[in-house]
Amino acid sequence: MARKIDVVFSDFQPGSALRAALGMTPTSVIELVTKSKLRGRGGAGFPTGLKWDAARSHRSDDKFIICNADEGEPGTFKDKNILEKQTAKVIEGMAIGAYAIGASKGFIYLRGEYKYLVKDLMKKIEELKSQNLIGKDICREKGFCFDVDIKLGSGSYVCGEETALIESLESKRGEPRNKPPYPAEAGYLGQPTVVNNVETLSFIPHILLNGAEWFQQFGTEKSTGSKLFSVSGDCRKPGIYEFEFGITIRELLKEIDADPDTKAVQIGGASGFCACSDDFDKPICFEGIPTGGSIIVFNKSRSMFMVLKNFVEFFQEESCGQCVPCREGCSRMLEGIEKFEQGRGSSKTINDLLELSTTMSLASKCGFGQSVPNSFRTIASKFKDEILSAGGGEVWRS
Amino acid sequence: MAELRITINGASYKALDGMTILDVCRREGIHIPTLCNHPDLQTRGICRICVVDVKGSKTLQAACSTPVEAGMVISTTTDRVRKSRKTIVELLLANHYTDCTVCPKNLNCELQSLANEFGLTDLRWKERRERTIPQDDSSPVFIRDNNKCVLCQRCVRACDEMQGVYAVANLFKGDSMIVGSAFNKPIGEVVCINCGQCVAHCPTGALSEKYCIEDIWKAIDDPKKVVVVQTAPAIRAALGEEFGYPAGTRVTGKMASALRTMGFDYVFDTQFAADLTIMEEGYELLGRLRSALTGGEAPALPMTTSCSPGWIKFQEHFFPELLPNVSTCKSPQQMFGAVVKSFWAGKMGIDPENIVCVSVMPCTAKKFESIRPEMARNGRPDVDYVLTTRELAVMIKQAGIDLHDMKNSTFDNPLGESTGAATIFAASGGVMEAALRTAYEVVTGREVPFKNLDISPVRGMDGVREASIKINGAQKDWSFLEGVELKVLVAHGTANAKKVMNAVREGTMAAHFIEIMTCPGGCLGGGGQPLPGTPEIRLARAKAIYEEDADSPLRKSHENPSVKKLYEDFLGAPNSHLAHELLHTHYTARGQY
Repeated sequence: MARKIDVVFSDFQPGSALRAALGMTPTSVIELVTKSKLRGRGGAGFPTGLKWDAARSHRSDDKFIICNADEGEPGTFKDKNILEKQTAKVIEGMAIGAYAIGASKGFIYLRGEYKYLVKDLMKKIEELKSQNLIGKDICREKGFCFDVDIKLGSGSYVCGEETALIESLESKRGEPRNKPPYPAEAGYLGQPTVVNNVETLSFIPHILLNGAEWFQQFGTEKSTGSKLFSVSGDCRKPGIYEFEFGITIRELLKEIDADPDTKAVQIGGASGFCACSDDFDKPICFEGIPTGGSIIVFNKSRSMFMVLKNFVEFFQEESCGQCVPCREGCSRMLEGIEKFEQGRGSSKTINDLLELSTTMSLASKCGFGQSVPNSFRTIASKFKDEILSAGGGEVWRS
Repeated sequence: MAELRITINGASYKALDGMTILDVCRREGIHIPTLCNHPDLQTRGICRICVVDVKGSKTLQAACSTPVEAGMVISTTTDRVRKSRKTIVELLLANHYTDCTVCPKNLNCELQSLANEFGLTDLRWKERRERTIPQDDSSPVFIRDNNKCVLCQRCVRACDEMQGVYAVANLFKGDSMIVGSAFNKPIGEVVCINCGQCVAHCPTGALSEKYCIEDIWKAIDDPKKVVVVQTAPAIRAALGEEFGYPAGTRVTGKMASALRTMGFDYVFDTQFAADLTIMEEGYELLGRLRSALTGGEAPALPMTTSCSPGWIKFQEHFFPELLPNVSTCKSPQQMFGAVVKSFWAGKMGIDPENIVCVSVMPCTAKKFESIRPEMARNGRPDVDYVLTTRELAVMIKQAGIDLHDMKNSTFDNPLGESTGAATIFAASGGVMEAALRTAYEVVTGREVPFKNLDISPVRGMDGVREASIKINGAQKDWSFLEGVELKVLVAHGTANAKKVMNAVREGTMAAHFIEIMTCPGGCLGGGGQPLPGTPEIRLARAKAIYEEDADSPLRKSHENPSVKKLYEDFLGAPNSHLAHELLHTHYTARGQY
């Protein structure tokens, strides 16, 4: 039985974890994070320790650590809260990362819409500087310098993808790069760079203070620790929750007091997966249904066709436009879906779109285009009749 | 670089660390379709048509952008590779305004070839894309039709990486994305040097030069008009490609016959004017050196060449304060027009009003050059129409002529006579070599000290090349040059020119004389040349050009008998008053905004 827990928003003494880290070698800090099996909370779930280790192994005098606060997935709003309420914890996570990989400069890449946070963040940065928790010779550790700057995004969804984020940070158009090289080898200004999600960074100080075993007691074998969820939709108690990884959808729905006639749950936002009642006993974790934290609940009154159309419209607009499968695929997918509304769609249309989905997932340049078809595939298979009858008439079965 | 082994389609291959999958496949003759990839440009990996299956990878990988790794197991023929590539072609076609039969790129379009390669029989995704975006015809030389754009960004990269101009970029995102200029202004309203490298790198009909074919037919068909044609040096080494000859085939004689058969009244050669340019520009350089070395009025040095109109406009926009460094000589095209409508018209007793001067150029910027107000006399343009090599090929075909059937013939005289020094104007470094052959001999009375007159240090395809030549035994008139080491520099591609001119601006440039060509490899890689243009093809064209020079009976501009006669009978001497009036020009500081 999964538990509701409270790590991310728990009390924290600024500097305590950083001092613990400075008492260790950078390599042993990375070993500790690796041992905790912490995985990126942005959605992709890449092991944080491995990322840090890769950045550490590439030699350079200029390395960077970037806090990815470009929270753009429809239905997520947890990073904003973490940054508002646990600023020191996140920055301390960055400082520990900087110490581990050998960086002296960090950026918080903040979603443009979160501009109102800048003033408070700057104030906090100054405060931490005056406490010698960032800046020069941090914690009186000779030679360990780390400064943090804030950069605002300009409203592009794809800039949450780490290489597009780096391009944007370099004042270029926010378009994902070819990988390899990965940012850990050649990121910001071509230098080794680590990009970590806000939530990921907020776990770091706790791991330093409590150890890898402590962290591993939460969650599942491959998804250790807890996860924040941004819950919205048809439920009594929307908001931000922290649950252990492995919680089943049914358990989660109970916690948030979802409508009894819940018919679908969108897990992981527009680029995530749609679960229907058959899936409700599946666990939410990287080995089950993965998520960056967005949970949207739909009751029986909702049209899954409209849900799907809304998602695809979003993607068509937010595709960065550089690669063909994603740019053209999103447009053709939306056109295909609109056919159903016009009463011109058939099972063949669905099959054509499924084939398109396969190409988009296989051949798109970045994770954006690769994950666009997730919602189509899951909604179209689980709610096929709703799609086929979207025009209001009889269900097409050609 | 470390050697490693990879497996492709079951066979083992050697590869070097740093190579991409595409590099190895190309080397081994394993076909991988490409579209956004171009050997002149940095890899973007965005069309995704080159995807391959790499064992252990959930998704497909773009062959063009994926580096090989030891032990990599690659398949280029799996079901998911085939299906994905085919779907990508379908997606491109669904958003492409398809009017192939009346498109300037018909049968020379990379998208059309891909459609053919994948055997498409219908379009699953959209019935037919209409022309929803107005064409941008604001450029004086080319048309952008974004309804045919596949967003491969080859034009964007050519303009930025090769030319350093960055006139176009991606605008907007998602399905609204287009290629356009800053603030979505028409291209005619932003800084563009008209070089046509965007056109030359476009895989589809989204970019094409503005045709003037019909105007020329009209002039030819008008009995009152005397239509003369001049062909630039680079045409003869490239035109054949449009008729199926391998790159680097010299078709000089066949071309002359074709032009005559088409109805041009006089078939002349821009090379005559190239020799003339060397005389004017060579003496201009020596004059500037005389001022500099004998304590006269401090001249602008280094002097740069002025033959390449893309480079001229580049300089006007990006280095307006260095315009005094540019030679005041008109380009050969314009010198030719000026001579035809003055000297030749008088000699022949033809009213210049009735002369139509057509030039065939490897270049789109020449179209703009011909309409510059300073390139006209008494309101009459020196050159009336400029055809690209590609347009000439269209005209030859329209006239029912197959170049293969043409017998060799020669140009008409006197404006068809030229030397090998003029031929090499087509290649980057050629103007420099021609100038040195003449200047050195004028000063010392002896030939340049290079075997067979081949000044090899200024030849080649490196972006920037430097050389120097020490002057020993200067004759009396030129004694101020005795012992001087004349330093020269050659650059091609205006991105390289930018680096060079930055050094001039900063005062760190040692050279006395700089040749700059706008396009890669010089005019032979011009924006108006046959497509495709690749480094390999340019090398073949350059080889042909240098062979034509080596085969020429005369190889020094000052030995051109017709040029000598022109000075004797008409101009007087190089840089004379009349020469200045007809053959020299001035420039316009334009700035960037």
